Amino acid sequence: MAEIATTGNKGKGIRSDCFVTLELTTKGGINLQLESKVGVMYGESIRKLAHEIMAFLEIKNANLKIEDAGALPLVIAARIEAAVKKLHKTDKEYLLPVPAEHVYATARDKNRFSRLYLPGNSPALMINAGIHHPDGIILDLEDAVAPDKKYEARFLVRNALRSIDFYGAEHMVRINQGERGLEDLEYVIAHNVNLILLPKCEHAEQVHAVNKKIEEIVHRTSYIVHPIWIMPIIESALGVINAYSIASSADNVVALAIGLEDYTADLGTMRTMEGKESFFARSMVVNAARAAGIQPIDSVFSDIGDMEALRQNVKNSKALGFDGMGCIHPRQIKVIHEAFAPSSEEIEKAKKIVFAFYEAEKKGLGVVALGNKMIDPPVVKRALNTINLAVKMNKLAENWRESYEI
Amino acid sequence: MKYDKLVTNALGRIVPTIINGKPAVPYMGVGKYRPTGFKASTKIASCADYPEDGNKVVSSLKEALVKAGLKDGMCISTHHHFRNGDLVAVPVFDIAHDLGVKDLIWLPSASFPCHEVLTKYLEDGTIDHIEGSMNGALGKFTSEGKMKGLGILRSHGGRYQSVQDGEVHIDIAVIAAPTADLFGNMNGVNGPTACGPLGFALADAQFADKVIVVTDNLVSFPCIPWQINGNYVDYVVVMDKIGIAEKIVSGTTEITKSPDRLLLAEWSAQFCDEAGLIYDGFSFQAGAGGTSLSIGIYFADILRQRGWKARFARGGSNKYLVKMLEEGLVEYILDGQTFDLDGVRSMRDNPHHVMTTPFTSYNYHGKGNFSSLVDIVILGATEVDVNFNANVVTHSDGYLLHGIGGWMNTLFGKTVILPVPLFRDRIPVIRDEVTTICGPGELIDVIVTERGIAINPLRTDLIEKMKNTNLPIRTIQELKEEAEKICGKPEKPKFTDEIVAVIKWVDGTVIDSVYKIGK
Repeated sequence: MAEIATTGNKGKGIRSDCFVTLELTTKGGINLQLESKVGVMYGESIRKLAHEIMAFLEIKNANLKIEDAGALPLVIAARIEAAVKKLHKTDKEYLLPVPAEHVYATARDKNRFSRLYLPGNSPALMINAGIHHPDGIILDLEDAVAPDKKYEARFLVRNALRSIDFYGAEHMVRINQGERGLEDLEYVIAHNVNLILLPKCEHAEQVHAVNKKIEEIVHRTSYIVHPIWIMPIIESALGVINAYSIASSADNVVALAIGLEDYTADLGTMRTMEGKESFFARSMVVNAARAAGIQPIDSVFSDIGDMEALRQNVKNSKALGFDGMGCIHPRQIKVIHEAFAPSSEEIEKAKKIVFAFYEAEKKGLGVVALGNKMIDPPVVKRALNTINLAVKMNKLAENWRESYEI
Repeated sequence: MKYDKLVTNALGRIVPTIINGKPAVPYMGVGKYRPTGFKASTKIASCADYPEDGNKVVSSLKEALVKAGLKDGMCISTHHHFRNGDLVAVPVFDIAHDLGVKDLIWLPSASFPCHEVLTKYLEDGTIDHIEGSMNGALGKFTSEGKMKGLGILRSHGGRYQSVQDGEVHIDIAVIAAPTADLFGNMNGVNGPTACGPLGFALADAQFADKVIVVTDNLVSFPCIPWQINGNYVDYVVVMDKIGIAEKIVSGTTEITKSPDRLLLAEWSAQFCDEAGLIYDGFSFQAGAGGTSLSIGIYFADILRQRGWKARFARGGSNKYLVKMLEEGLVEYILDGQTFDLDGVRSMRDNPHHVMTTPFTSYNYHGKGNFSSLVDIVILGATEVDVNFNANVVTHSDGYLLHGIGGWMNTLFGKTVILPVPLFRDRIPVIRDEVTTICGPGELIDVIVTERGIAINPLRTDLIEKMKNTNLPIRTIQELKEEAEKICGKPEKPKFTDEIVAVIKWVDGTVIDSVYKIGK
């Protein structure tokens, strides 16, 4: 084991984070050195927290240096705990309390238009993520975290799930691939996560392995706060070919996403604006998801400066049958929501159908008709969905039927 | 004596009534203090004492200062139109130091990092104290109690008012002018160091005993336009270089890319729109910060969509405001300072882009001023308290770091909106009590944060108009609690009870004191 452990980030441009240097010693107690940008206001409370964590983790002698750039307690705690655990094996977890308003279950079929990727080791981006109201936030332990930061990121992601108010956004975590991903689950499953994103999914067995691990943790911790959903990400040719078996692999798989950067690399081609190269894969994912009765979710759009191109991209995505897409910048959220929202033509059409449906119900008719045309039940269901969505997105008044005229 | 006779003013703040040996009036409330008497006067001059050929050029700045009678205890003024590119203020004090002159008062209209070297003259007694603004290192120096005299912070309007009212007498004004003629007529729109207007130097020209103009672009008489007349001027000095152009128009004025700040901008604009504050012929003032600039962009979108125009916009101008003027979305820019070369060009070439001065825009002891005619004013703050009082000069750690600028004066606009983050890193912006009061809450109408918008309860009209909005309207108390929930309750900075500077309100009364930082 290393003599000295470091965690966190420091330097120019680093905010809301701290850098911890820990050396375990054999005598002299805890020698704490704090350099904080907010020392005047929070110096005492940071010191108190640091000593409390050291005592809790049963470290009696150490040199602990904290270089703080305005980190919140959840960040400081994660950095110190990770540093300790790099040097000292213990099963104890230093957990901050979870405020009740941070805990909410999410429905299987909730809207997942937008999900905002947040690098799992960058606290500054996490704190305000919820104010932009994405449908989901993804704390990413996989590609957005450098290999040597993967260990400490787990503690930060765990604490973020518990302590940050994401204002109703679904709490998602993208775990790593393979064995490392299963270890990641230890840090998130009993800590207020709603959905696990499973990267590079190629076989149903990967979903089963994740579910087995989830069950084991839930059983061990008696954690039954809310359901934990899975969204596998298809990112390879093999994944595309196995899309349906993955989509239908377990009851808690609620959506199937596609990741196009890796997929196009796997094909040996390049990602283009018009996306011809991924048409087959995207259609496969849409069809597999629909066949399994879950949501198909599109890849991210990476040009964060071009909102018009994004809008066009979302329109194409919606036309292909997708129900949502990823975002890598908060400014993309609004555009994605607007483009996935029902258009005024769709709403008008849905209003006619839904109105006819309620009229038929009132008259006790079993069949819904519009003029002399029969309307099939799935069409009614879709129209009802459109109306619900329109109301939810403030595109239609809740009491629209009161003033509706045929 | 640095200060004496402490009293509690109308806001409950303890302030001195003797400042650097002179009497001062404690703050009494908005519009409550009515001065009597007459304005400051200057000595009658005679053409007989000035060269008949109009040539006031002397060989050097040193010669000009010596001729102007530079001596111990004098008040020397400079302006800040060159911002961080100023090459004139520091040499003035180098010369004073070389001449062994002591205990000067420096009266800048603002200070910048390029002036930090003056701390050595504050230390060795060349300068006794600063009246104006103490930014960055100068503020830190002041906060640590190292300045000999008591610092006085004034707004741009307050600076004009104090000079006009005789609260402060300028012995020698040194005015850096991008273009001047030998008679001393000057402007800021031409020449290699063009900065736009020269309005901040108007009081100096009008009321100083001696006026020295320093230029690096001497033109033949007449210098047109003459933003300030040479008839005020005693000496003209030509230097190789009076400013660093790229630091004058520093390009600090870019639209923010921060999604959180863009959200503030979007909500602020939406608020103005839904509250009916934007209409055909309205007026606004948005500062140079990234968030304010973005609000301007949203305003432009709204005007364009509806085919409306703003009657006028108050500058600081920049390329975005100039674009609105040129597109016909704004009829006039009334401009106190320009932040980039597009602003300078526009002021030079476009008769609808008009120079204003602190006299026209901000002087509270005038027969009205423009600031109360502006419909929407967008401002920043370091802290706001639950009574809507706001701070712009000190940080929550107690250090004096910023000047007031025109901030205090623009509070008289019809609706004042502060888009501020709820917290910066871990530091809450909404507090129980601000460290220093620069603006009384009764003049501050709306606080827009990323976690909710608070309307001042005094603005029942706005509350009524926003009754059905989708914007997240909260009380300021709720916002404060949310900030503390996220950040933790901050400890107060440890101050000594020694006052190191005072904040003057727009009418010259003392609104608050700044204390020395404790160990």
